[in-house]
This record gives sequence, C-alpha cells and structure tokens, in this order.
Amino acid sequence: MARAVTPRRMILTTIAAWGVALVIAFPVIWMILTSFKTEASAVASPPELIGASWTVENYVEVWSRSDYPRFFWNSVVISVGSTLLGLAIAIPAAWSMAFVPGKKTKDLLMWMLSTKMMPAVGVLIPMYLLFQRLGLFDTKIGLVLALMLMNLPIIVWMLYTYFKEIPGEILEAARMDGAALWNEIVYVLTPMALPGIASTLLLNIILAWNEAFWTITLTTTKAAPLSAFIASFSAPQGLFYAKLSAASTMAIAPILILGWFSQKQLVRGLTFGAVK
Amino acid sequence: MSTHSSRFAARLMVAPSVALLLIWMIVPLVMTIYYSFRLYRLVSPDRTGWTGFTNYTWFFKSSDFWLAMGNTLALVGGVLAITVVLGIAIALLIDQPVKGQGVLRILVIAPFFVMPPVAASILENLFMHPQNGLFAAVSIYFGSDPILYMQDYPMWSVIGIVSWEWLPFATLILLTSLQSMSSEQLEAAEMDGASALSRFRYIILPHMMRAITVVILIQTIFLLGIFGEIFTTTQGGPGSASTTLPYLIFKQAIVAKDIGRAAAGGIIAVVLANIVAIFLMRGIGKHLDA
Repeated sequence: MARAVTPRRMILTTIAAWGVALVIAFPVIWMILTSFKTEASAVASPPELIGASWTVENYVEVWSRSDYPRFFWNSVVISVGSTLLGLAIAIPAAWSMAFVPGKKTKDLLMWMLSTKMMPAVGVLIPMYLLFQRLGLFDTKIGLVLALMLMNLPIIVWMLYTYFKEIPGEILEAARMDGAALWNEIVYVLTPMALPGIASTLLLNIILAWNEAFWTITLTTTKAAPLSAFIASFSAPQGLFYAKLSAASTMAIAPILILGWFSQKQLVRGLTFGAVK
Repeated sequence: MSTHSSRFAARLMVAPSVALLLIWMIVPLVMTIYYSFRLYRLVSPDRTGWTGFTNYTWFFKSSDFWLAMGNTLALVGGVLAITVVLGIAIALLIDQPVKGQGVLRILVIAPFFVMPPVAASILENLFMHPQNGLFAAVSIYFGSDPILYMQDYPMWSVIGIVSWEWLPFATLILLTSLQSMSSEQLEAAEMDGASALSRFRYIILPHMMRAITVVILIQTIFLLGIFGEIFTTTQGGPGSASTTLPYLIFKQAIVAKDIGRAAAGGIIAVVLANIVAIFLMRGIGKHLDA
C-alpha cells in the first residue's frame, strides 16, 4: 500500500526502519565481525571495533583442526537427503490430492498437519530404542529418515498449495492426447510445478539444516551435523569466542544465502498457503 | 475428469505418504504407552516389571513438573506476545516507503535462518556473558554491575533468545498481509479525517487479523517443542529454573536414564499438545483453503 509521502517523512522513516533492521540483524553482524578478530581482541573490554586486530586464522583453524568438515558434510547429506526423499514420496501424494481430490482429501491433509503437533520429545524414548536396535543410531541414513518423516507433512502441504494453482484443464488436454499418467506427471505437470517444487526444496533444506532435536538426541559423533556440533561447543570461557564465531558463521552461511533467495516463498510455505 | 482407474491410481499415490506418517505416528506412540507403565531404568536393567501409574503420578507429585508446565506456558506466551506486538510495529514501519527496502528485508529476516544452537550460543556468549558479553560492557559503561542473565533470569534469557529467532517470521507474515491491503480505503479514511490511531484500529488491524491468527497458530506448533536453545544455554538450570516440559522429559531419559518415567512424561506432553492442537486445528482450518 505505497502512498505518496513528503520527502522529510521519507527520510525519518528510512532512518527508523534501518535502525530497527540493524538492531535485529546485529547479533549476526557482530558474530561475523568477531569471527575475524584474534581471540584476545574478541574478548577485549571495552569491545573493540576500529582498533581490533583482524585475522582469518580462526577459519583456517576451525576448518583444519577440529572435525568441522565432517560435521559440515553430515549437515549437507542429512538436509539434502531428507528433503529429496521427502519430495519423492510427497510429489505423487500432493499431485493426486490436488487433481483427483476425494471426499476425504481435506481431512487427510488436516490429519497430516496434526502429526506435526505431536511433540517430538513425546516419542523420544521409542525413537532412541528403535534407532539403537535397528542400527540407525548415530547414522546419517537414520537422521535422513527421521527428518524426512518430520518434514513430510510440510512438504505435502506446500506442494499441494502450489499444485492446486495449476489449471486442471491442461492435464485434461494432455490426457485427451493420450498421455499416460506417468508421462502426464513427468512432462506436463512437473515443468509447470517446478517453481513450487524448487521453493519447497529450499525451505525444507533450511528446516532440516536447522533442526536441533533429533540431530542432537539421535547422534553422538559419527553422524552429528553442525547443530549438534555447535550445541556441544563446550562453554567457551571467553577463550574461544573468535573460533566459536567462525564455526557458527560457517554453520549458518549456506542457509543465510539459500534463505535470502527463498524469503518470498517462506511466508507462503510456512503458513501452508494461508498467507500469500 | 476422473475415471475409475485414475482414481485408483491417485489413491495409490497418496498411500506411501499416509502409510509412512501412520507408522511414524503409531509405532512410537504405542511403544511410549507401553514403556510408560513399565519399571525400566537403564542403570538397573534387570529390574523390570509393570508399575501401573507410578510413572505418571511421579510427575503430578513432582514440583519440577509444575514448574516445567509454568515455564512452558511462559515461553510460549512470552514469545508470542513479544513477536506479535513487535512484529506488527516493525511491519508497519517497513511497509512505509523507505530507501533500500530490499536490503532492509534481508537484514530483518536474517535471524530466522540462524540455527537454534548458533543463535543460543552466540547470544549467550557474545552478548549475555557476565564478563565478556557486549551487554556486560554496556552495563559497565553506564556504571552498573553486569547482569547475570543465565543465572538470575534464565527463563527470560531463553524467551529473549527464542523471540529474536521468531520475530522475523512474525514480521514477514504481517508485512505480507499489510502489502496485500488496498490503499484506497485508507486514503478515504484519511480524507474523512480519521486519525492514524483509528485508521490502525478500525482498518489495518482487522485486515491483519487473519495473518496474526496464522502467526500465533504456526509459532505455537514450533514453540511447544523448543529444545535446542535450552540445551545449548542453561541446560534447564540453574536447578530447574528454566526447565520446560520437553526438557524435563529429556532429562528423565538421558540424564536420569529412567525410560519408564520419561515415557510417561512423553504421553503427558502428547495429551497436552493434543488439547492445544484441537483448538489450533479448529482455528487454522478456517484459514487454510484446502
């Protein structure tokens, strides 16, 4: 609802808006700045900015000395793997719900969403024991499965809201031309649904990357992703601020970049199409 | 457009999702119910047996449980209040014609993409730490003693951290809703001499109601399960001062290694969440065009 305003008012609101935005983003900015300081400079009192001694040593050290690359790789495998697997299962489901809806489709969608409301901690014990017994504990494949199931309702919902916007007549036309069901999905539907699938993909990678319950409780060392690594970064005592910041910056950088690309879809995706 | 065979194919395609979610829901739930009536401690695995409702009554008799219930309520309520009120204010501000709106949005949304353990450990150490934190430096600059956030105000600290993470989500949704508003109505009201406050009260707020409801519903789902932030910072302490229901159950399972008791806690959490969910689904159902 852009309206004409006086230049003076525009300057004032611009200053206020930028002030607020910088305050909100400040912890992230400060973390990035700290990650380039020496440890001594990072804990200096009063805090240093202009006179700080800058270095990239923290990144080199975190990357080469800890098991950081392995945690990073685990995060990549788990978030991308669970999302792709989820998409493979959810695309047919969302397709059929959007184009061949039955009487129970809405109930079914609501039921799927309601499984999200089950607190994860409520089923921690059986998950823990099942994972131990099935040999899935502290494995990447175990976490891929857990996070896929956790996000499956969101994936189905997001795809469903995107698919519903595709006009059904196009599918009918394809069918009249004699396209088989599978061809219809692959050659007609998928290209049209690609933007929707892409934003579903992005948002669910973000959700899986940032997940911090199953990744912490169902791993110890081998399959632990970055969330578990940072959570166990033992109380720094002021000695490891710069390294903590460097490790954290690397942990969130891929998601910050992906997130900025998908911020428009984020609203729609996370509100299940209720706010567009 | 549906022949019999295409209907059948469609049902077949929904089947894997439904089957997986059913298994995901029912198997752990049945197991949890089973263990909740068992004596099963990992420290003495030989002593097992049925214990009736002992595991459940432990919770209701324990003061930690009621404290955790209060903390959970404070966390959900506090974060909802902070994010909705600030979110409305910030959305109204950013919606004004300002320079550099694209970058502005990127700055505002940033915290949402920070994973909970990072958000928690950065705020705890770089900002709230009583010796080396930035807040301590500010306190000293103004001549007062640094506040021991995690020790003296653990629950408020956790609420602060979680609010920082979720403020962007609320702001972004409320902003989206504001931008879908037609300016004609507002201009007409302005010409009729309606004050800024009454324009907000009678035109903008009713328009945002749907978005506000959605923010509350979705955030509640996620806030009820908050775990990583507490695990990273206070570990539920000092004592049990910042232990929420999820964290209390986690402590029973992992720290006390009492499987039966943790399972009973899990069932209590599921029942409570379902009570909340009934209200949520009723509200959310109206707003979703399924």
